[in-house]
Amino acid sequence: MATARRSTLRLQRQSQTWTAAAVFLAPVMILLVVYIAYPIVNSFQISALKWNGISAERTFIGLANWKQLAADRGFWLAFRNNISIMVLSVLVQLPIGLALATFLDFGGRRLNVFKVLWFVPLLMSSVAVGFLFRYALATNGGIISTISKVFGGRNVDLLGSPAKALYTVIGVICWQFVPFYMVYFMAAYTGMSFDIYEAATIDGATRGQYFWRIALPLLAPSIKSAAILSMVGSLKYFDLIYVMTGGGPGTATEIMATYMYRYSFKNFNMGYGSTIACGMFILITVIALATMRLINQGGDRA
Amino acid sequence: MTRVNAARNNPSPPIRDAVDSGSRLKSRVSWIIAFILALAWLAIAFMPFVFMAINAFKGKFEMLVKGVFELPESWYPANFIEALTGGYWSFFKNSVIVVAVSLTALLFISACASYPLARFRFALAKPLYGLIVACMSIPIHITLIPVFKLTTQMGIYDTIWAMIGPYIAFAVPISAFILTSFMAAIPREIEESAEIDGCGKYRMFFSIILPLSTPGLSTLAIYNGVNMWNEFIFAYTLTQSQKNQTLPLAIWQFQGQYSMNTPMIMAVLTLTVLPMILLFIVFQDKLVKGLTAGAIKG
Repeated sequence: MATARRSTLRLQRQSQTWTAAAVFLAPVMILLVVYIAYPIVNSFQISALKWNGISAERTFIGLANWKQLAADRGFWLAFRNNISIMVLSVLVQLPIGLALATFLDFGGRRLNVFKVLWFVPLLMSSVAVGFLFRYALATNGGIISTISKVFGGRNVDLLGSPAKALYTVIGVICWQFVPFYMVYFMAAYTGMSFDIYEAATIDGATRGQYFWRIALPLLAPSIKSAAILSMVGSLKYFDLIYVMTGGGPGTATEIMATYMYRYSFKNFNMGYGSTIACGMFILITVIALATMRLINQGGDRA
Repeated sequence: MTRVNAARNNPSPPIRDAVDSGSRLKSRVSWIIAFILALAWLAIAFMPFVFMAINAFKGKFEMLVKGVFELPESWYPANFIEALTGGYWSFFKNSVIVVAVSLTALLFISACASYPLARFRFALAKPLYGLIVACMSIPIHITLIPVFKLTTQMGIYDTIWAMIGPYIAFAVPISAFILTSFMAAIPREIEESAEIDGCGKYRMFFSIILPLSTPGLSTLAIYNGVNMWNEFIFAYTLTQSQKNQTLPLAIWQFQGQYSMNTPMIMAVLTLTVLPMILLFIVFQDKLVKGLTAGAIKG
């Protein structure tokens, strides 16, 4: 009798838990379905259509858009630019961010001024950064041109030259995000025990030895996650490039996201635009999963 | 951190004595080099801001005639006044409304979702959590066309309400991720004693879990607030008329209107960055922590 009552009680409690969980989770689930899950499915559906996004006239064309995408040199060029941004972002942002964080960590509180001032670029929105640099790097009266003239050189055309535009854009991206990685690595340093540093100094290690032999290996997990963050971020990039160059000159700084936007909302070819978006989604997912697996190999993840 | 750095700044005398003078010289030289490099990065980080601030005060032709790094003739803020009277406040007001509504809803909804994920024992907790977290790496662009379509069908295209749904939805995964780990760290004893006193799950959430999660919620408020304040692509896709647009688009509109007037654009840029800089001055450490909340597990 007593056991039977206990088990009905437990069942009752369990059903209460389920009801409460459903109530608490319902709003989030509805939002995620409406704004994320359904749109993803819908994008794949639209990718099988020829549709301008406005008219009721839609033609089902099967895999024609996907065939076009596979052979689209413009798309693969944009993808290549994404990869360049990705590789150079990791190679530039992470080391500079780590160097700044190390400098601040060694220097302590008296270098706080540096910390505060270095952080400021991160306060600007990507749109504002894009516009600022569009003018600050102008051929006529830009910062680089002015400096070049001081040393007797000529005006430098950075954003207008197909050969230099992509590297210029990458430089600006690094300018914006170095502070992020600086703060990120500073947090990693804070998580390290001071005893380690103390023990190393007592054993006679110089600061250089301490950094290369002790701090760097301890920071490895943070560096790995930072690399993943930076890589995935570079593949999704949009705002800054759209504002600063619009993908130009020509297609020199075109990336997947700007390419997709141009097809969908400028040329109003929503069918093909969706196909580009889906292709981008697949590529990003594959690359993210592959790097996560590659980077976390060996099981030494902290 | 303060304690650690304070200790590091004053190495105890025996350690300092143990270092011979040769390596002390070497360490001094490397400090000087590091300091010069630090100043160089400071110059790189700040040059564009100096460019922006100086030129915002110049006249349209003054900038073309004089060098860009020369100080303006007068510091009279004519460009700022023109920008402020030329529609800046409408953008500002829209931004404030959109961010306030989205952020309030976001924090409440994600707290609601995190509570069962962190504290309930039910079979679906793990898979649902995994699903929500997986949404973090989804690129916005794949949802752009369907969301555009949906917004038009709902009849809210080109209103400030169009942005709110997507803003909340795309901020939920990271917020639920951080809040779940935050709530999981709340000791179970508190909950148990409340349960014995007859406190139900709903009252438990509102009177115990939610108040205890305030620090996590404030970090998330900063992180998501800044992101929403700066958001561009949904605002750009889902609105059309100037009276319904948010601040990131103000620059766009002014740029169309004053395309040849660089100083004017610089004034507008300064005005859009200023609120953030003011916030930074007031809440420095909190903001730094909040902005990297996405990357560093709560």
